Amino acid sequence: MSIPIDLATIWAFIIAFAVFVYVVMDGFDLGLGILFPLFPQKADRDVIMNTVAPVWDGNETWLVLGGGGMMAAFPLAYAVLMPALYTPMIAMLLGLVFRGVAFEFRWRTQKARNKWDLAFAGGSLVTTLAQGIALGAILQGIHVDGRHYGGGWWDWLTLFSVLTGIALVIGYALLGATWLVMKTEGELRERAYHLSWMLLVAMLCAIGAVSIATPFLSVQYTQRWFAWPNIILTAPVPIAVAAVTALLLRALGNKNDHQPFFLTLGLFALSYAGLGISMYPYIVPQSITIWQAAAPANSQIFMLVGVSILVPLILGYTAWAYWVFRGKVRPGHGYH
Amino acid sequence: MFEGWDAVVLARAQFAFTMSFHIVFPAFSIGLASYLAVLEALWLATGREVYINLFNYWLKIFAVAFGMGVVSGIVMSYQFGTNWSSFADKTGPVIGPMMAYEVLTAFFLEAGFLGVMLFGLERVGPRLHFVATLMVAIGTLISAFWILSANSWMQTPTGYAVNADGQFVAADWLKAIFNPSFPYRLVHMVLAAYLTTSLVVGGVGAWHLLRDQHLAGPRVMFSMAMWMATLVAPIQILAGDQHGLNTLEHQPAKVMAMEGHYQSHKDGAPLILFGWPDQADAKVKYAIEVPKLSSLILKHSLDAPLAGLDTVPRENWPPVPITFWSFRIMVGLGFLIMGLGLFSLLMRWRGMMYQSPLLHRFAVLMGPAGFIAVLAGWITTETGRQPFTVYGLLRTTDSASPLAAPAVGSSLIAFIIVYFAVFTAGVIYILRLMAQPPHPGEQGPTKDLPARAAGITPAAGAAVEGVR
Repeated sequence: MSIPIDLATIWAFIIAFAVFVYVVMDGFDLGLGILFPLFPQKADRDVIMNTVAPVWDGNETWLVLGGGGMMAAFPLAYAVLMPALYTPMIAMLLGLVFRGVAFEFRWRTQKARNKWDLAFAGGSLVTTLAQGIALGAILQGIHVDGRHYGGGWWDWLTLFSVLTGIALVIGYALLGATWLVMKTEGELRERAYHLSWMLLVAMLCAIGAVSIATPFLSVQYTQRWFAWPNIILTAPVPIAVAAVTALLLRALGNKNDHQPFFLTLGLFALSYAGLGISMYPYIVPQSITIWQAAAPANSQIFMLVGVSILVPLILGYTAWAYWVFRGKVRPGHGYH
Repeated sequence: MFEGWDAVVLARAQFAFTMSFHIVFPAFSIGLASYLAVLEALWLATGREVYINLFNYWLKIFAVAFGMGVVSGIVMSYQFGTNWSSFADKTGPVIGPMMAYEVLTAFFLEAGFLGVMLFGLERVGPRLHFVATLMVAIGTLISAFWILSANSWMQTPTGYAVNADGQFVAADWLKAIFNPSFPYRLVHMVLAAYLTTSLVVGGVGAWHLLRDQHLAGPRVMFSMAMWMATLVAPIQILAGDQHGLNTLEHQPAKVMAMEGHYQSHKDGAPLILFGWPDQADAKVKYAIEVPKLSSLILKHSLDAPLAGLDTVPRENWPPVPITFWSFRIMVGLGFLIMGLGLFSLLMRWRGMMYQSPLLHRFAVLMGPAGFIAVLAGWITTETGRQPFTVYGLLRTTDSASPLAAPAVGSSLIAFIIVYFAVFTAGVIYILRLMAQPPHPGEQGPTKDLPARAAGITPAAGAAVEGVR
């Protein structure tokens, strides 16, 4: 499968990049919310919140860029996908409302603190489930009628989409656990280690289940992955997954600080690349290609100028913000 | 339960509801971010402790308001897709890039430097910290630039063409971005945000002065806020008038609705002060009017003819009652704000600025006035452009998603429940923070105390709780 390079392709990569950066950055802080119920101690929860309090807002902005960028670069796909994913999208937005305000609110009340802890955990879980389900719903195909979504209100809900929803919950939880290994100390870090082991096993099962189920969704996926000569290009993906998994197991065994988190990101990158291989060049699988959905060239060029100048700048000052708040967060000491 | 309901009406209700909640927070954070930058600059320049105290005091409030603005803003950005997908398809090539530029130039800037602004003073030092504060403040203004450009393009579209798929595409980006109503709208909104914030700051200052006239922090904030009201309120009224003339030129039906002019007036239109617009009968009942004044205001001539809605096809009429009344609320509050500014100027001149309980009570009462005026202004401009999303070109009914009413209805209910629960709590927390005067040595979210976190230490949180 050769990939012709044109504006639509460039934009497909930019949107894919924005969504991936979102998954990488908000993934671990959503994961912290998912893990919250497993850390009932108030002091632990304070530390967990403090590891992301200064940066979560920037993490979430990538979601707005992914959505906004899609409306700008592929308006037709945005217009078809959003109504198709109506319920999961609304659920995600409501989850994000609860989760986002919990960052500020839970410090301002003693009485209602447990409620905001619940809002943080529940909001993170709902947001993640909704994102995973939306992904599954896109993969399984969307009914398109002219320039509109043509399916029903509940089409998104299938066994497959529930499976991808659960898989993403496990994946984000693993990112959260390995993030805690990197950012915390003592008993909290120990527990994060143990959780990482269990979640890694669960995530491998989830990757396996989704990988096995995907080719059954459509002949196109099967051919993309298994037909000759594509298999030469696609085979390295599962091989790389196996290699990264081996490294991750070793890093966890060595109780390494940083490696587990970044290797988990590696697993995410490979899974994500797998998705790209399955979908390309469709943006709405089996219905709308990136060229059909593309905005006119002058819209894409106008934004391309901004993206090429501003995204490196954004990555620069985001990295600086992370650097400012680098290191372990200890209870009783705040940042160091 | 929503069978028989119109999905478009429900989608409009949802947009209006989520928008009304959202607009309050950016309006406050645009002004507050600039105020924080000014306070920190004054602290750096003078070294006076009162400024850093005030900075830390308002920073905590800013953090809560900003958080609520972010989460309600994400909802807005996705609503174009969920509820207005036809609109997204048709206008995406023009509106989409403007909103994408808002994300790239403003949201990331605010979010990227917010963490340093909230928690980083001791990590990066005062000068770099000031840069972070400045970046957040500039980010809020850039955000206003792009979102008002996008909104203005929908109100007064220029620089576009229509392609074979029926999509609007940009023919000239500069003309699309700097469309005819944009400069007026931007100035009017940014001034509104500054006034809104100054009224809140002034109200809080006055509240504490009513209890103790000698508090240093409340004196400073009250004085600064009253200067803002004194100087900016008249400018805002002028800007509003210019915006109105611009609207008359480009969206005459909106002005007809604002003024309640169902009928054309050949020789001088009266200004209808109050009345009951009856859309079915196409007239304003029980009207109290000043002869010829509307012509004088809009055309600067007593006898100038003024067209009414009878010159517009009925299917293009905006809903007059809402537009008419929201406009009067906004203008009325504008004049009250100017009155507060002038009253404070008089007291200042007499040296009674901090000793006049009457002034302080007035200022407390006016604390929320900016929010109400901003909301009323948005309702005026957004209702007045109906029945179009892109003025004169794309009808609201042709903009909605192909959704069933139950889907839109249930999500509307979910938003109402969640927003009231969450944002009521947020407002309560903000009011609790405001109920305390700024203390000497006010702790920002920057001091290295046990389990310090987003905005406040648990110890201080407990203290606030205790006071309530």
